[in-house]
Amino acid sequence: MSNDSANPPPARRPRILACNQKARQLAALVHAQRGDARALTQDPPPTQYPYGCTTIFAPGWEVDSGNGTHGLCQPIERDLYDCYHTCYWPAQVPDGVTNAPKWTASCGAPMQDWKSIDLVFP
Amino acid sequence: MQLRTVLHRRFRSDAGTEFLYVATSAAILAVDPLTSGIVDAFAGSEGADDAEWLGRHPERAAAETALHDLIDLGVIRPVGEDQAPRAALPPMPFPLATLVLNVTNKCNLSCTYCYEYGEDRLTAGDGSKGTGKPKMDDDTARQSIDFLLRSSGDRPQVSITFFGGETLLNFPAIRAAVLYAEERAASVKKRVHYSLTTNATLLTDEVVDFLTKHRFGITVSIDGDAAQQDRHRTFANGAGSFDTIAPRIRHLVTTNKARKGRAIGARVTLTAGAAPAAQTFRFLTQELGFDEVGFAPVTAGLGREYALGEKGYERLLREFGELAEDYVAAAVRNEDHGFANLGDLLRELHQGVNKAHPCGAGLGLLGVSTEGELGLCHRFVESKSHAVGTVATGIDEGTRTTFLERAHVDQKTDCRQCFARPLCAGGCYHEAHVRYGDATRANLHYCEWIRGFVDLGLATYARILTKNPRFMARFETS
Repeated sequence: MSNDSANPPPARRPRILACNQKARQLAALVHAQRGDARALTQDPPPTQYPYGCTTIFAPGWEVDSGNGTHGLCQPIERDLYDCYHTCYWPAQVPDGVTNAPKWTASCGAPMQDWKSIDLVFP
Repeated sequence: MQLRTVLHRRFRSDAGTEFLYVATSAAILAVDPLTSGIVDAFAGSEGADDAEWLGRHPERAAAETALHDLIDLGVIRPVGEDQAPRAALPPMPFPLATLVLNVTNKCNLSCTYCYEYGEDRLTAGDGSKGTGKPKMDDDTARQSIDFLLRSSGDRPQVSITFFGGETLLNFPAIRAAVLYAEERAASVKKRVHYSLTTNATLLTDEVVDFLTKHRFGITVSIDGDAAQQDRHRTFANGAGSFDTIAPRIRHLVTTNKARKGRAIGARVTLTAGAAPAAQTFRFLTQELGFDEVGFAPVTAGLGREYALGEKGYERLLREFGELAEDYVAAAVRNEDHGFANLGDLLRELHQGVNKAHPCGAGLGLLGVSTEGELGLCHRFVESKSHAVGTVATGIDEGTRTTFLERAHVDQKTDCRQCFARPLCAGGCYHEAHVRYGDATRANLHYCEWIRGFVDLGLATYARILTKNPRFMARFETS
């Protein structure tokens, strides 16, 4: 995919060339999303694992940029734990700093036994 | 997962390069044979399963990359999901950009096909006299300027278009409006652009001097040479108007060129039996000196003898094809060509314009009647059923929003499967009103024509892009 139609055609033509302004805007958007968001368990990550998901751009918990789930943090259960431990996000999980510090005590390996984590009522 | 290619149109250049016009986004992509095969493989009504299809592909890795590119670009989507999100109305009140002032509803010509005075007029009065005051007074003209400036939000520039009737029958109101606008715009730090449509009968030296001095964008309604012009564009006594207007147009063109004014356009109304478009184009540009020529099929209710029938539209498309050849030749030389219909279409294609509404009427543009009533556009002023306020009291926002919601292209189920919808969005409100009695309906009677013309535009786009891609840069927005 290329969004550089203003320059002379390269020796090997890209499979998809963005021709008009709208296509170039879309291609730039796709490039930007791909550059910033990646599945954290995909291969070994080339850079050090960032502390907390808010230090990187995540497209959202429900779907990725292609409207699937394969580009999200994997496995998805891991999000639950990461939100609680590494990046406290009260809208998503109980507050592990003051109100529910033992929320995941019954759950040693969230990928296997996340169902044992209990509900917390405010 | 079951995936399907979204609504699109294929086209190719002379050299055989495959292109894709994606109707959900208005993006234009050039694709190689492998990618082209993917677009086709998922284009069936049921779509295809990606894993199964990739498993059978001889070049699996390359195909998978291309498929993911197409998914990310919105060309291929999961079956059962919307092809594209619905475009909501912009935040209202939407700031005005253009106000069309109908400075008079009188005309000194009696063109037989006229929608304003002929059989298809909207207003309830006796036609040539209109329903309201025959002329806009200077106060109403000035009030209109104030209304436009205060309704234009933070736009740095606004446009005022003068219209009629024959616009120049009320030159005093035009002059009053322009002089007032200069003064008011300077105090609120906005720029004003003026334009006007005229039949050229009243282009006196004084008028030409004023219009060119204020850098008006001028459009002359003219149907071609003497034979063409005098078929329908006649005075009330039946005499043709060509001999009156030709010397006046030449004077306008000469003065405008000397003052380096804006392009002067001719607007040709096409009726049954008109001369070939290319012939008329050449006459108007070469003999009379127009910079641009735009053609518009006549707006007509059912059964009008001057209306273009199906055969007429087919012929017109062939004639537009001849002009497109000239356009490409000029583009290769990096020169502008004055065929306005095609130039406008190429600009919209290159920018990737994707319309929720067919035009700016009711959105960034409103029309003002001689008495200061606001209509959706100049064609709807004085139509009580399409009134949206007055310049004194402002816009009736409820009526405006209700209309725009009803007129949204997503409400036009007929347009759902049409690749031309990003450009057409159902077509002219006034045309639909004349034809079906409902401005928000899609203009189904010219769908084939629109699709044919868009196909011509796409083919021309591909040709120019392969022969001289830099030509397109002139159409880009920053």
